[in-house]
Amino acid sequence: MKRTVPMIIAATTGFVLIMSHFIPLSEEWGSKAMQWFNVLAAIAFVLGGSNLMRMNLQKISDRRPGWGYAAVTLIAFLVTLSVGLLKVGVQPTSSFPTNAWAAPYNQEGSSLWWLYEYLYKPLASTMFALLAFFIASAAFRAFRAKNPEAIALLSTAFIVLMGRTYVGGLMRDILPRGMEWLSFDSMTNYIMGVFNLAGMRAITIGIALGVASTSLKVLLGVDRSYLGSGDD
Amino acid sequence: MDRSFDILHFAFLSFQSSVVTRVNVAFGVALVSMLMCHPVLAQSSPQSVTDLVAKDHPNDVGTTLDVSWSLSPDDDPDADPPAVSTYHILRKREGDAEFTKVGEVPLQSTSFTDKNVERKQAYLYQVVAVGPGGESAAVTTTEAATPVMEWFRTDRGWLAVFVLLICTAVTTFIVIAKSGRELYIRNIPGLEAVDEAVGRATEMGRACLFVPGIQDINDIQTVAGITVLSRVASLTAEYGARLEVPTARSLVMTTARETVEASYLAEGRPDAYRKDDIYYLTDEQFGYAAAVTGTITREKPAACFYMGTFYAESLLLAETANGVGAIQVAGTAEPAQLPFFVAACDYTLIGEEFFAASAYLSGEPIQLGSLRGQDVGKLLVAALVLIGCGVATWGSVAANTELVGGEMAASLMSFLQDNVLGSKGFLP
Repeated sequence: MKRTVPMIIAATTGFVLIMSHFIPLSEEWGSKAMQWFNVLAAIAFVLGGSNLMRMNLQKISDRRPGWGYAAVTLIAFLVTLSVGLLKVGVQPTSSFPTNAWAAPYNQEGSSLWWLYEYLYKPLASTMFALLAFFIASAAFRAFRAKNPEAIALLSTAFIVLMGRTYVGGLMRDILPRGMEWLSFDSMTNYIMGVFNLAGMRAITIGIALGVASTSLKVLLGVDRSYLGSGDD
Repeated sequence: MDRSFDILHFAFLSFQSSVVTRVNVAFGVALVSMLMCHPVLAQSSPQSVTDLVAKDHPNDVGTTLDVSWSLSPDDDPDADPPAVSTYHILRKREGDAEFTKVGEVPLQSTSFTDKNVERKQAYLYQVVAVGPGGESAAVTTTEAATPVMEWFRTDRGWLAVFVLLICTAVTTFIVIAKSGRELYIRNIPGLEAVDEAVGRATEMGRACLFVPGIQDINDIQTVAGITVLSRVASLTAEYGARLEVPTARSLVMTTARETVEASYLAEGRPDAYRKDDIYYLTDEQFGYAAAVTGTITREKPAACFYMGTFYAESLLLAETANGVGAIQVAGTAEPAQLPFFVAACDYTLIGEEFFAASAYLSGEPIQLGSLRGQDVGKLLVAALVLIGCGVATWGSVAANTELVGGEMAASLMSFLQDNVLGSKGFLP
């Protein structure tokens, strides 16, 4: 029962969504199903939030290694939650000049907006910026010329890398007439437009077929591993 | 003296009056001329639109009508100011007396979509060009338009055909597999490595980290990732290794808990199941990446699995785990992230391999049947690619030589491009 009911719900919703793509009459059913999912996800957020609180409180109370990070997480979570829920710093708008509560919670200048702009965004940007260093270290490992395949990969990567820079276009002016195809940018375009595109299309076709097959297995109830155990 | 002064005064006044009058008249004439020449005030109302037609919007539930017309001859966007600024669209039900305005579109527009009509009700439309000089005469549609519901979206017909073919192939092979026939499935090294990775973690006495992507459970990649988690959990339960699953969505946390618990139960180790090892972190992409990389750095897991939807955080996670010497297996259907995983992980499940994982790992004949169905789909696509290449080559060669059938090849090619591959096929 514990697996059958969710499976029926998943299958029905899945078939409705497929139908809504081809049958105009069921288009609205499809959007209704998505609205239901959003409602469920919003309710589940309470589950996630309470789990986050409980886990971190437990870590602090047990003085487990890294409990200081848990304290920072909890403080940040509670401050952001209360500032957003209470709409701290939100000013009344022209539509409702006497009631600040009618204004959006993320209004420019509000405390939540400030937290997002000056705390969250710089932190997220910092994480994203780290990617540059990780790309360099991953490329260093991946492009080690240890066998013929790796040499081919390294050469191709070098051409594409140069072709994407200012040097790529610069070579075009130096090369004699009729030999422009040897410039890095021409070779890059050829590699990206022929070899890379063909490979990407093959992967994309495989993915599309995999998605169709997996979806069908879920809808038909062939694959039930995501439903947990059948015991009540 | 006085008299002569009076005469002089009278003469002066007459002259002055005459001059003033003439000046006034001249000024008046100049003003009128100027006004007549001014582009704004001199404009008259614009000319009407032509070829006004209203018709049913295709492939909808019968609540939309499309109105189209040819521009008013005065509609010139380069004019300063333009003679036409907007077109007003008016509508009435057939049989009603009055038209009411239902919308307006800016100059240079030749169509309007009315999404607020009743099914099977006939409507007449009027379009009026409006500009600084006034309104044009209203033009009315000669025939009433009636919105009709279509039962099937013909613009997605080819897509439906392919979906049906692939679904039939998958279902057929599932049925064949159910009948007990043995199916050959090629070896997938990335999936074979799952056992090795969990075994290594057990030997080292460290945890296994499973990251199910950053999307919610309505994403098919997350579902595929959860099915792999089921197998990983079975192995950790069997070997007695610790399994940690940080999630970026609450629903994924709930699903992962159910799945892992079921696996531990199936392995006869419900006591070893630790609910708190499957936890929610944050929905925010980089917040999640920061938390998981922190966990990797502090706890140094021996095996890391990344199965699901990943974006920029893929390399952050994989490189951090590489730094702590973890054996890594990744699987995703995000083509842009595959190179990162290939560079940083020991094994990567590329696209379809990732979706095949659940069937491969379970070893159930019914699930393996679905893989064969996928192969039929691949055969179909390969055949279509070959036919397309052949036809395109034939058409191209025939265009430059005397080869027969060039026209037929060209028309077949344009049919494939416009229908199968175009707006009525895979690119609706």
